[in-house]
Amino acid sequence: MDLDVLFFASYRELVGTPSVRITLPVDATVSDLVEEVRARGEGFSRLPDRPAVAVNRSVVPHAHRLESGDEVAFLPPVAGG
Amino acid sequence: MGTARITSDPLLLEELLLGSPTPTDGAQVVFVGVVRNHAEGRPVRGMRYEGYEPMALEVLQAIVGEAEERHEVGSVVAAHRLGELEIGEASVAIVVSGPHRDAAYRASRYVIEEIKRRLPVWKHEHFVDGGERWVPGTHLTPDSPAPYTPGDPGLPLPPREVQGHG
Repeated sequence: MDLDVLFFASYRELVGTPSVRITLPVDATVSDLVEEVRARGEGFSRLPDRPAVAVNRSVVPHAHRLESGDEVAFLPPVAGG
Repeated sequence: MGTARITSDPLLLEELLLGSPTPTDGAQVVFVGVVRNHAEGRPVRGMRYEGYEPMALEVLQAIVGEAEERHEVGSVVAAHRLGELEIGEASVAIVVSGPHRDAAYRASRYVIEEIKRRLPVWKHEHFVDGGERWVPGTHLTPDSPAPYTPGDPGLPLPPREVQGHG
């Protein structure tokens, strides 16, 4: 399946793009996705190995199973207010 | 009935006060968070706020709903600004209306503390000396942290090495 992954703030600067399309096997988990993203090298490899990941606008555990069409985002530590 | 807004436009208090108070309200608490001119002893000239807008709106709506339910206030309006802000500009504004001041103050504090812990918003500080940085924040987890309770000092304050406003 293909998923568009969003990057914000410091993570966007690190990887040099606001989003990338990632192809994953069916039944892949968030953990598989993080591994795939970090394997792209350069800035991607400098992302933390356990980033906060939101799927459809909720932060999920890394064991969460992804589905085609999910909205996925890597979120650096938040600092609103 | 609460309202949440994530916007790139300046926050206007008059707009946030529209529709309140109602005849049953005896108190209104207004909190405004503004950009200050220093961070950890270093002069700051401005701040850029970035957000994951659809998620930030959903989280802010949830926080507003929780504040109304937990603290039994009539209505909560919360707005968070995004984009480039100058010193003194409002980044966040909260209006709580309710029958009594005690609950209104508590609800207001709940909203700002939860915003700081949970809202997917980031701030990029521009220093007067030309430097810049992403302000360190709170790591999000699938299980939200325990909600803010009265008496909790909230997130740690930055050291006060330079006197400024705020």
